[in-house]
Amino acid sequence: MSIFISREACVGCRRCVEACPGNLIKLDADGKAYIRHPKDCWGCTSCVKECGREAISFFLGADMGGRGSRLTTHKEGDFRYWKITDAAGLEQTIVVNQKDANRY
Amino acid sequence: MERERIVTDVLIIGGGTAGCYAALTIAKESPGTKVVIAEKANIIRSGCLAAGVNALNAYITPGQTAQDYVDYAKRDAAGIAREDLLLSMAEGVNRVTEHLEQLGLVILKDEYGAYAARGKRNIKINGENIKPLLAEAVKKQKNVTVINHVNITDYLLADGGIAGAVGFHVDERKAYVFLADAVLCATGGAAGLYRPNNPGFSRHKMWYPPFNTGAGYAMGIRAGAEMTTFEMRFIALRCKDTIAPTGTIAQGVGARQINAKGEVYETKYGITTSERVYGTAAENLAGRGPCYLHTEGISESQSEDLLKAYLNMAPSQTLKWIESGRLPHEQDVEIEGTEPYIVGGHTASGYWVDTDRRTTLPGLYAAGDVAGGCPQKYVTGALVEGELAAQAILADLGAAGSPLRRADEKRRRLREERIATETERYLGEYEAHLSSGGSPAMFTAEQLEEAMQKVMDNYAGGISTHYRYNERQLHIADDKILMLQKMTEKLHADDMDELLHVYELKERLLVCRVVIAHLAARKETRWHAFAENTDYPGQSDEWLKYVNSVYRDGKVKIRFRELTDTGKQERAEVYGG
Ligand SMILES: Cc1cc2nc3c(=O)[nH]c(=O)nc-3n(C[C@H](O)[C@H](O)[C@H](O)COP(=O)(O)OP(=O)(O)OC[C@H]3O[C@@H](n4cnc5c(N)ncnc54)[C@H](O)[C@@H]3O)c2cc1C
Ligand code: SF4
Ligand code: SF4
Repeated sequence: MSIFISREACVGCRRCVEACPGNLIKLDADGKAYIRHPKDCWGCTSCVKECGREAISFFLGADMGGRGSRLTTHKEGDFRYWKITDAAGLEQTIVVNQKDANRY
Repeated sequence: MERERIVTDVLIIGGGTAGCYAALTIAKESPGTKVVIAEKANIIRSGCLAAGVNALNAYITPGQTAQDYVDYAKRDAAGIAREDLLLSMAEGVNRVTEHLEQLGLVILKDEYGAYAARGKRNIKINGENIKPLLAEAVKKQKNVTVINHVNITDYLLADGGIAGAVGFHVDERKAYVFLADAVLCATGGAAGLYRPNNPGFSRHKMWYPPFNTGAGYAMGIRAGAEMTTFEMRFIALRCKDTIAPTGTIAQGVGARQINAKGEVYETKYGITTSERVYGTAAENLAGRGPCYLHTEGISESQSEDLLKAYLNMAPSQTLKWIESGRLPHEQDVEIEGTEPYIVGGHTASGYWVDTDRRTTLPGLYAAGDVAGGCPQKYVTGALVEGELAAQAILADLGAAGSPLRRADEKRRRLREERIATETERYLGEYEAHLSSGGSPAMFTAEQLEEAMQKVMDNYAGGISTHYRYNERQLHIADDKILMLQKMTEKLHADDMDELLHVYELKERLLVCRVVIAHLAARKETRWHAFAENTDYPGQSDEWLKYVNSVYRDGKVKIRFRELTDTGKQERAEVYGG
C-alpha cells in the first residue's frame, strides 16, 4: 500500500513534503514531488489530503487485496469528496460532511 | 557537519499529541517561558494522529466517575497499573475534551446537546483534522518555537540531570544542540520491533506509526532512566491486511466475533483487551480460523456509514471494501492480531514517573505513549499528561533555588564543559556513519531491521508463535539482538535519510533488549497474548508487582517495585524533598 504522485499535476508546492509524518516525500531536481521509499508508506493519506491539486492518489498493494483502484480527495467547504477510480477507469465518489461526526 | 545551538527554558521532544498540548499549557500558564519543540517530521500531521481518529476513547460519560475509569483500566491490566497516574489522567480527560471542541474539533451531540457516547468511556467525533487543529493552535503561541524535521537521538547529561539533547536534520547535513533547563520527552511508543502482519510491499501498513521508533525510550534507557512494564506488550485486534480498527464495527453496528464455523467466540476467552486478542489467536491455533466480525446482514445504510467512518480514520479499509466488490453488509470482515508494539498509552510500558510525570532523571519529564504505568490513556489521556508534565515543569522551574536553574557560575562552567564533551561524542557518531570510511554496503540498516524483526518474531513471541515464548527462546533472542547491535556500529549512511534509518534501527534494537529482559523477568502469564510465557502458563499473586529496569554498563538491570509505589522516593532525593 502506497501512494502514486502524478508529475503532470504536481506544482511543487511542498505541502505533501511537510504533511508526511515519515518524511518520505521529497522534491526532485525539476521541483516535482516523489516518494523516496514507496514501501515505507504508512498509508495515513495525510499527503493525499494536503495536496490541493489532487496530484497524489492512494492505492492498496496486491498483498492487501489491491486490484488497481486509486483514491484521491479534495475538500469544498465542509465537504470532503473521496473519489475512487478503479482499474477500468470507473469512478465513484463518497462525500463526507466534516461537520458531521461519525455515527459509529 | 554544520551545527546550530539553541538555548531555551523548556525543550519538548516530539510535537505529537502530548508534546503539542504541553506547549499550549506552558503558553497559557506562563507566556514568558521559552519553549522549543523539536519534531522529527512536521507537527502539522506527525505521530499517531496523522490519519485522524474517530472517537475519544477516554472520556468520563454521565453517570461514570474518574474512579470508575481507574477501576476499569486496572482490571483490564490485571492489576499492573498505577492508580495515582490513572486517577490524575481520568480527572482531566473531560477538561481537555472541552478544549479540543473550542479548538474546532467536531463532537457528535445527542438530542439534548450532550456529547454522544459510544459505550461507557467513548465519545464520537469527526477526528480527521484533529492534528492540524492542535498544530495550528501551537503555531499561534509567541513563546513557542517549532523546529520541524529534526530527529533527536540523545539527551545531554550534566550536573546529575538532563540539560538538553542533540539531533540532526533529516535532509540537510546539520546537527542541532539544544540546551534547556527542563526537557519533556513526548516521542510516542515503538513500532517495527517485530515482523509485521504484511512483511512485503505493505510492510509499513501497521497499526502504530512506523515512524515512532522508540527514540524516547532508547534515549532514556541509555541515560539510565528507570523504565517500567515493558513486558506488557500491546497487540491490537484489527481488520485483516489494512490493520484498521475493529471497535468502530464491533461497537458501531454491534458485530460479534465469529470463527470460520460461524460460532461466536468473543465471550469464551474473556473480555479484557488481551483476552480478545488471545481468543482470536486461540481459534486460529485450534484450526477454526479465519475469524471475522459478523457484519453480513447489517442494513445498507449502516454499510454506507461504515465506509464514511473509515474514510475519516483508516481510508485503506474503505478502499479494500470497494476493491473486493462486496461492502460490509455483504461480507463479514476478517480480523487478526497485529505484531506486538510497545506503547504506554494503550498498555503500560514506558518511563517510570511520579504522579506529576517527572522521570527518575532530574530535569526530564515524560508524557503520552512514552510514559509508563498508565494504560488506556489514548488521545485525551496523552493531552492530560502533556498538561500535567508542563505544570510540573513550571512548578520546578519556578521553585525558589530550583536546582534546574543553574545560577552558580562555577557549576555552570563545569556543566558547559561536560555538555561540550558529550556533544562532540554524539556528533562524532553521526560523522562516523556518514564518512566514506564506513563499511561497504554488505549490510544495510534495512537488512538488519529485517533480521531484528525475524528474531523478535521467532524467539520473543511474535505473530508466528501466536505470541508465545519460553525462557530458552528469550535467551536466544537476546544473544541475536546483541549481535545485531554490534553490527550497527559499522553501518554506513550516504545521506541524512539513511542516517535516520540507522538511528531508528539502533533505537529499536535497544528497546528490544529491554522488552526481552522484562519478558524473561516476569515468571508468570499475567496477560494472555501480551506476555504469554509457556514456561509459566498461569497467573500468580506473587507477581502482583511492577517489573522495572535500569540500563547500566550495557546490561538491563531488573528491579521490582510494589504496586503501591508512586515513584515518589526518587523525587525526594533529587529535589531535596
Ligand atoms: C492509528 C491509530 C489510531 C488511534 N485511534 C484512536 C482513537 O480513535 N481514539 C483515541 O482516543 N485514541 C486513538 N489512538 C491512540 C492515540 O492516538 C495515542 O495514544 C496518542 O495520540 C499518543 O500521543 P503521543 O503524544 O504519545 O504520541 P504521538 O502523537 O505519536 O507523538 C509523538 C511525536 O514524536 C515525534 N518523534 C518521534 N521520535 C522523535 C525523535 N527522535 N525526535 C523528534 N521527534 C520525534 C513523532 O514524529 C510524533 O510527532 C490511536 C492511535 C493510532 C496509532
Ligand atoms: S502537495 Fe501536490 S502539488 Fe504540492 S508538491 Fe505535493 S504533489 Fe506536488
Ligand atoms: S500516505 Fe502518509 S505515510 Fe504515505 S507518503 Fe502520504 S503522508 Fe507519507
